[in-house]
Amino acid sequence: MYNHTVARLTYKGLLGRRRALLLCALPLLLLVVAVAVRGLTGADDEVAKGLLGSFAMATMVPLIGVVAGTGAIGPEIDDGSVVYLLAKPLKRSSIIVTKLLVAIGVTVAFSAIPTLLAGYILNGNSQQIAVAYAVGAAVASVAYSALFLLLGTISRHAVVIGLVYALIWEALVGSIVPGARDLSVQQWALSLAQKVGDSGAGITSEVGVPTGVTLLLVVTLGGTWYAVRKLRTLKLAGEE
Amino acid sequence: MSPEPHPTTSMSKTAPPAPPGQRGEDVIHNIGYRNYDGPRLGRGYARTSLFDQSLRGAYGLGRSAKSKVLPMILFAVMCVPAAIVVAVAIFTEAKQMPVDYNSYVLRMQPVIGIYIAAMAPQAVSLDLRFRVVPLYFSRPIERSDYVGAKYAALSAAIFIFTAASVVILYVGALLAKLDFGDQTKGFALGLACCAIFSLLHAGIGLAVAAATPRRGFGVAAIIAVLTIPYMLVGTVQGIAFSQDNTKIIGWLGLGSPGTLVDGLQSKFLDGQSDFPSGQALTSMQASLYVLLIVVLIAGTYGLLLRRYRKAGL
Repeated sequence: MYNHTVARLTYKGLLGRRRALLLCALPLLLLVVAVAVRGLTGADDEVAKGLLGSFAMATMVPLIGVVAGTGAIGPEIDDGSVVYLLAKPLKRSSIIVTKLLVAIGVTVAFSAIPTLLAGYILNGNSQQIAVAYAVGAAVASVAYSALFLLLGTISRHAVVIGLVYALIWEALVGSIVPGARDLSVQQWALSLAQKVGDSGAGITSEVGVPTGVTLLLVVTLGGTWYAVRKLRTLKLAGEE
Repeated sequence: MSPEPHPTTSMSKTAPPAPPGQRGEDVIHNIGYRNYDGPRLGRGYARTSLFDQSLRGAYGLGRSAKSKVLPMILFAVMCVPAAIVVAVAIFTEAKQMPVDYNSYVLRMQPVIGIYIAAMAPQAVSLDLRFRVVPLYFSRPIERSDYVGAKYAALSAAIFIFTAASVVILYVGALLAKLDFGDQTKGFALGLACCAIFSLLHAGIGLAVAAATPRRGFGVAAIIAVLTIPYMLVGTVQGIAFSQDNTKIIGWLGLGSPGTLVDGLQSKFLDGQSDFPSGQALTSMQASLYVLLIVVLIAGTYGLLLRRYRKAGL
């Protein structure tokens, strides 16, 4: 199910040139802000929770998920070079699974690890806040990668649709319509973070752990399955 | 497309154009096409056409139905809440509008950000990707015409995008029989706020988009430059406020284009800023805000001009 050459090419596509700059810039920004905030206010659990929750979890993780998830397959479909890959005697499922693993690896490396570091910088992991958010970010990375990889195979506007979901649905609609929060990868991942963090940490999630885990699994597995299906019947269209 | 020189250019240097069908002396290859010697519309016409097409393209007009979907949906998302606000105001016979013009536009920034991120690469990246920029520059337009037309078109598109909801709010306010003078003043200032917002954001969006021929990547990069700093500044301002460090909030606002416009409109355009303390800027901060906005607009324009010294990447 894992093909080394496909993985190498995907890594090169994802981390080549400017894309890597963007992927590095966001975690760096988080770390710089974490250092600045620590210097400004000292260690404070509420501040750490605010920064990790509203910037790292709500903005950084989805954005890196969008870039890595759609970037793993989108550009190849866009410029048509995916036909060379599809023409090789490789199972479509192993192409998708390999690309998904690479996307997950990149998203975790660029979002969960910086989140952990920022948590340690902000309050030295008091009440397990850093670890809790890092676990949340890692779990969310898996689901986001699967979701956005699927989007990359469905639409040419994958990045825009992904951003609409990440920024408008989760941030804007979620803050106005409480029901929308149940249907968000971020909240499902936070349910795990809530479990990991100490009870005094006060990380809250809209859904319980069983629901969260089930929905995450459904999205990840369902997304992967449908992406494989989509790649089997891929139509290469020209630029509209 | 072919690298051969055009017959007219090489002939006009030495001899008068040869009659059709005859070979000019210094022409490598002449298959006898007649030259066009009618009136030419010239540089100004090319410039306005480029502006026109880019502006229409930003809303998908004149393009396939598929590319109309996204801008129109975003446009609706931008306008419908304004219509709801108006309906509520009329229904409850409110004495004033629940939101004022400037803050409505600034609160919708995530939507505007996505619109810019989707449309700025559309305006410039596709030209780069399909290598048609050299074709533009083989016409009578100059580099500054191309950059100016694209900049003006995207600014106009963003202005229409933001000003439409302001117009809806204004019409609604008049229908609700609110004070005409008050509302007209607020409306004019709201339009001014939209204009500054559009100029600033169009410049930043284009400067980022012109650096990449890949649309998907350009979209993510513009969001990373426009929306992420805006949210980050908001978060850090919130932290500073909860720590009672209110002096620093105004300075933090310098960190993102959205908060720059927010601070500016709260100081000069009679608005209420979205900053956590709602405090006004000091005059020194305000002058820095203005300076930074002017530098950003001029800087991104200059960057674009520099970028197009070379047609490729």
